[in-house]
Amino acid sequence: VKSLLALTVNGEEREVFVAVHKTLLEVLREDLELTGTKHGCELGECGTCTVLVDGAPVLSCLALPIECQGRPITTVEGMASGSQLHPLQQAFAELGAAQCGYCTPGILLTAQSLLATKAAPTRDEIRQALAGNLCRCTGYTKILDAVELAALRMKPALAAAS
Amino acid sequence: MSKRFSVVGRSLPKIDAWAKVAGETKFADDLILPRMAHGKLLRSPHPHALIKGIETARASALPGVYAVITGRDLPPVKFGILPVSQDEEALCVDKVRMVGDAVAAVAAVDEETAERATELIEVEYEPLRPLMSIEESLAHPEVRIHEYGDGPNVHKAVALQFGDVEAAFRAADLVREDVFFFEGNTHLPMEQHSAVAHWGADGKLTLWSSTQTPHYVHRLLAKILDLPQPHIRVIAAPVGGGFGGKLDPFAHEIAACRLSQLTGRPVKITLTREEVFYVHRGRHPVLMWIKSGFSKDGAITGMHFRSWLDGGAYGSYGVASTFYTGALQTVTYKIPAYKFEGARVFTNKPPCGPKRGHGTPQPRFAMECQIDKAAEQLGLDPADMRQRNLAEPFTKTANHLTVTTIGLGECIDRVVEASGWRQKFGQLPPGKGIGIACSSYLTGAGLAIYWNDMPHSGVVVRADRSGLVAVLCGATDIGQGSDSILAYLVAEVLGIDPKDIRVHPADTDLTPVDLGSYSSRVTLMAGNAVIQAAQRLRAKIFEAVAKKLEVGPERLVAEDRRVFVQGDPDRGVSFAQAVVLAESIFGVLAFPGSYGPPRRAGKYKGGGVGPSPCYSYSACVVEVDVDAETGEVKPTEIWIAHDVGRALNPLLVEGQVEGSVYMGLGEVLMEEQVFRKGVHKIPSLLEYKSPTTLETPEIHTILVESDDPEGPFGAKEAGQGPLLPVIPAVANAVHDAVGVRIDEIPISPEKVLKALELGRQGKPPRVGPEKLPLFTFPEPRVIESAFGEPAADIAERPFSS
Repeated sequence: VKSLLALTVNGEEREVFVAVHKTLLEVLREDLELTGTKHGCELGECGTCTVLVDGAPVLSCLALPIECQGRPITTVEGMASGSQLHPLQQAFAELGAAQCGYCTPGILLTAQSLLATKAAPTRDEIRQALAGNLCRCTGYTKILDAVELAALRMKPALAAAS
Repeated sequence: MSKRFSVVGRSLPKIDAWAKVAGETKFADDLILPRMAHGKLLRSPHPHALIKGIETARASALPGVYAVITGRDLPPVKFGILPVSQDEEALCVDKVRMVGDAVAAVAAVDEETAERATELIEVEYEPLRPLMSIEESLAHPEVRIHEYGDGPNVHKAVALQFGDVEAAFRAADLVREDVFFFEGNTHLPMEQHSAVAHWGADGKLTLWSSTQTPHYVHRLLAKILDLPQPHIRVIAAPVGGGFGGKLDPFAHEIAACRLSQLTGRPVKITLTREEVFYVHRGRHPVLMWIKSGFSKDGAITGMHFRSWLDGGAYGSYGVASTFYTGALQTVTYKIPAYKFEGARVFTNKPPCGPKRGHGTPQPRFAMECQIDKAAEQLGLDPADMRQRNLAEPFTKTANHLTVTTIGLGECIDRVVEASGWRQKFGQLPPGKGIGIACSSYLTGAGLAIYWNDMPHSGVVVRADRSGLVAVLCGATDIGQGSDSILAYLVAEVLGIDPKDIRVHPADTDLTPVDLGSYSSRVTLMAGNAVIQAAQRLRAKIFEAVAKKLEVGPERLVAEDRRVFVQGDPDRGVSFAQAVVLAESIFGVLAFPGSYGPPRRAGKYKGGGVGPSPCYSYSACVVEVDVDAETGEVKPTEIWIAHDVGRALNPLLVEGQVEGSVYMGLGEVLMEEQVFRKGVHKIPSLLEYKSPTTLETPEIHTILVESDDPEGPFGAKEAGQGPLLPVIPAVANAVHDAVGVRIDEIPISPEKVLKALELGRQGKPPRVGPEKLPLFTFPEPRVIESAFGEPAADIAERPFSS
């Protein structure tokens, strides 16, 4: 059974006509061709497919798009402002936090959600927030470093805004 | 002459980092082609069975199905990555040897339809007795998994002796015999393998795949599909984690090719996570016996090492794995006399193969734990004992390996100092402990997988009037940053910015052959090749600029995107102008570079496994908390020093070291590839434990630079060696913490508790294997020990100034 869904992805209204049991992961990758979102298990175990829904991290392999109608969805493609990378993306690139880069989108989005709720997290708070995202390349060290650097760089901007 | 580097030694971002953080990188499963079909494999539920018949009619009739194939739709040839082990079929024809063996494949309009179709295929099996362990396989010679090998169910048996080990034991003050077991584990890359095949209307085939070895896949596809190799193009997509798990040709790649040929459509097959666990080719479970002699001052007089490898159902790289369990013991410490016996046994489980460190983490665990025990017995500090035994630079080992630079002494000093070892070892409160271990690893295998006299790595560097420099190289970036290293080296030689360079990797149509991303070979081999190519380009550029400036070319330098007279930067031209001058005189500017490792293999059968242009060295100190109530071992801090020769990019080297430490921690504490009646017990990312951010402690990385003459600008490997010492360092730290010896990996809480309980009962507080398989090794091939002979044929630096 297919149905017509209206999704707000990266600030754009998108309509898709898809089988109702398709997961948000599948719809993002296959119907909207947003292949920046990756999959590691499709069982909700590794965090690779994390996207933001209403600003909170969601495992897109377990989410149904029908539940996400009318709620803003952010994928890695939506992190940059135009051609300006998000400070997290910038820091991950500079500090070597992406090796193979496959888990990177999910980790970036989880970290973005953390920094939105906590501007200056401790290293342990970053560890806690990223505990559901597996990375097999980096040993996490450079990932933690990059989140810290991004938080530091984002602080003046926050201070200026308030 | 000391050289000022402009790019080498700087912590620059990787050239592909921007695409990766933006989600732009196209991994194999991200490729979407017009009219593309989706494929699925049907896999055996039996560990060992004859195939009596396969009925595909119902599957073919399902709407949306484009094609269904079995093994009979493929040419009747067997294949395998090593020429000596041609024992695999993409789709099994007569017999399955493990749960997960593929028997049929479907291409359909979408993945769901393809999967439904596989469920409609009826396979009639006649189950055979499964052999699930080394002991069982040896005890049942009447049941044969394969018809070839060195005995019933014995894939490979080797025995080599270098010098008189028995005399060495007689001369020793202490002789120890210890037994260890290292459980198998798997690579677990975050990306599941994926392949897209397209059989074009021109009758030519293109395969995009998440592979670490596009060249070997290219060669084998020609054989497997019976096609002329020039009609096949293999492109390695950026690999989402490899660690050795994407080094073989796989059933899904071959099935996608054949299905595309039949349907005239592109066909994609992406494995599920569960399938990745069965595809495996990971760490061999190895049982080990080690006998060593020591003098009172801690010197090793001789060593005898035996290993039994549980190979699983196919050969894969297993012959090499077997030799590797005995090859590199001699590279770290002085071992004047050495004997090695090894056997790899077939079982009805997914095949093991190369995982980060290929065949060497297991013996390294055994050896470094034994040294720790010997140090305790001799009353020596384990760090001092290792310092005393360091191998001699620029000499040969007993088993005829040539070692060049050795930075291990400095590595030990640095971790001892940074960790506060002297104040901690044997002095921490109960439940807290500290352990040390060392290791060494290849910087590229000295021999190719198939015998040939051609280069191991080839590169073309071209430049044109736009000022662009392009690098074409068959090397495969699996996240380690090989594309970036090529760009840095060219930038260094030509005096330009890495951003001015585009790297086009791993496309068998366009790029010269590089053997692949394995054995830590790419930085050294492709690096030396790319330096040669860039120097050839630079020579022509200098020649043209010299003519224009009316100076000798030897007076020119290339720096800061300019070519100018040394000491007189204003007398020169921009790099782009220099290229125009050169193109005007010489025409198209495209220059090859080639690299083949030195031919230093020992002249004995088996001497081809172990030689390398140079070896990296690592020393690691781990501090742990051990909870005597729960048995849980928690590493709290890790110090690791790695002799990388030269850090071409310290940031990337640190990343490789940290990733290696992480993977070693997973192996020593939690990871297990284990089966019940041939079925994987835990084939999911939830149940197969691997460390998260919470289980990974702070890692302090120290880089030591020994400037090796064989490496590009002195560089050695960094991607595998640093995994090795982590495992025994943790085991030794557990002993320091609670006084128990866990001689079996992983060190699970159950094993720690059991050892503590044994201690309370007054028994030796040790958990580990108790007995060895009944197996007679062949008579050893006796070869004179080359220990201490001076190294010969060391490279002249492949670059000048």
